[in-house]
Amino acid sequence: MARIDVKKTYKLYIGGQFPRSESGRSYVVNDAKGALQANASQASRKDARDAVVAARKAFGGWSGRTAYNRGQVVYRIAEVLEGRRDQFVAELRASEGVAGAKANAAVDAAIDRLVWYAGWADKITQVVGTANPVAGPYFNISSPEPTGVVAVVAPRSPLLGLVSVVAPVITTGNTCVVIASEPHPLTAITLGEVMATSDLPGGVVNVLTGSVAEIAPWLASHMDVNGLDLTGVEDADLATSLEVAAADNLKRVRRAPAAEPDWLAVPGTDRMTDWLETKTVWHPIGI
Amino acid sequence: MTTTSASTASAGVFDDITSSESSLRRFLHGLPGVDQVGADARAAALGTRSIKTTAKAFAIDLAIRMVDLTTLEGQDTPGKVRALASKAMRPDPADPTCPAAAAVCVYPDMVATAKQTLGDSGVNVAAVATAFPSGRAALDIKLADTRDAVEAGADEIDMVIDRGAFLAGRYQQVYDEIVAVREACGSAHLKVIFETGELQTYDNVRRASWLAMMAGGHFIKTSTGKVQPAATLPVTMIMLEAVRDFREMTGQMVGVKPAGGIRASKDAIKYLVMVNEVAGADWLDPDWFRFGASTLLNDLLMQRTKMQTGRYSGPDYFTLD
Repeated sequence: MARIDVKKTYKLYIGGQFPRSESGRSYVVNDAKGALQANASQASRKDARDAVVAARKAFGGWSGRTAYNRGQVVYRIAEVLEGRRDQFVAELRASEGVAGAKANAAVDAAIDRLVWYAGWADKITQVVGTANPVAGPYFNISSPEPTGVVAVVAPRSPLLGLVSVVAPVITTGNTCVVIASEPHPLTAITLGEVMATSDLPGGVVNVLTGSVAEIAPWLASHMDVNGLDLTGVEDADLATSLEVAAADNLKRVRRAPAAEPDWLAVPGTDRMTDWLETKTVWHPIGI
Repeated sequence: MTTTSASTASAGVFDDITSSESSLRRFLHGLPGVDQVGADARAAALGTRSIKTTAKAFAIDLAIRMVDLTTLEGQDTPGKVRALASKAMRPDPADPTCPAAAAVCVYPDMVATAKQTLGDSGVNVAAVATAFPSGRAALDIKLADTRDAVEAGADEIDMVIDRGAFLAGRYQQVYDEIVAVREACGSAHLKVIFETGELQTYDNVRRASWLAMMAGGHFIKTSTGKVQPAATLPVTMIMLEAVRDFREMTGQMVGVKPAGGIRASKDAIKYLVMVNEVAGADWLDPDWFRFGASTLLNDLLMQRTKMQTGRYSGPDYFTLD
């Protein structure tokens, strides 16, 4: 007897759970050859709202952990991703239509990227924090603090691009709401499964799939979002309107790049420092 | 009988029933039983109504006007009570069109502080009395507690019933206590707290509602907020049915106050839909329906801001309490 296919349902990843969209909508995701790959949830503004609430709730605990511990958790994501590499290779081959070797290389790079950022977790403070010389009997110390909830529009590259924008946000102690690549959303949800089964607390990363033009404006104008990463916004007009909306509560904005960056290049620390704010403390000497 | 219920307008109707323990029991146990599954299902069904745009704006403003802003912690300080009272008068300082809350609910020793801040703003001071939250003290202590609060200026008294006596079937004792506290209240309004989370069955909630209404309570209230589960939709529905039936019988209106566990605007709107559908539109007024809450107010304000500005607001823009 022929066996019935067990097709996977791709849902959202919010607060450590995998809910369907509140709106009940879904959209068709095609593979590289134009055939049906799966249906993905089409998130609404209310899903975005719920995701921000989850991210805000997770922020206190996550930012309060030691940097060393956050590094361990990000490394753990890399470990779990390594264990499920075959699944990701298969998904990348289907969705992007790339050859096995190229898909393998992308998964390798994504894992390495996580390890790279994990190493930075307890070192970024030494690099961008300072002890300032001041004209008085004080210790004067500047240290980087996480910004808060960051809304991220993920780039087209389904795995490496996604990891490259999410890892720096969470490594530095922020929590995030990610809108996955609109044409390639499935890998983002599978990565959500990886995060759910590593030691990452629920709500630190929340993944929405659906229309960027529909969801992003609600996140850009949301008064409880502190940062906005427009890396994946390809429409210049949309990017401009999002920046305008973000100005209302002075969100930190990382502007959309002119073209998709080369994700295989060594990233540098700017994606981390974008989501850090400098706190300076004066402390009297000699007491 | 010592129950001189002269202050109870409906006294005449229930004289026969409340004249003895056995007649009271016969009446309360003769009330029709509550279909638990049906009550749960009806409450859930009423919670699915979609309230949008202008109706939602109306509901949010009404809910804000119905909030009894509550702080009942051992750590309450005069400063915190003053801050809460200021918030009750002007919930959203950035928006003068935002209505004031109904009352501030505090422990009796904080009544004077709250009254001083509120003055004649129209926001009432409610005090929990009668050995709140357990209700386990001698009657004279409960009465002294009540008189203290009234003398300090409380406009409303939230009393707790003796759940132990109620569950043991000593209805007369519970009835007499409510009558005595009502007398001690003088001109202050009396809210009777059942602590429905401890009453075990919906039948008991219905009985307690009738008992409190017959004894002259102006309001019946679900919970202290100290016991889980606190206010739930089905329990509130049963109480709303009781006040509706009581008005049919006596012509007298009694208010309802769910308290504890209502944190989101969405939940508050579900309650308002239920008030309208079960008791009737007459109860859609702060004089007849209240929410005992603290965090609910901030969520209502955030929703209100969202409707006015078209963008989601955040907790950073409202006071912590």
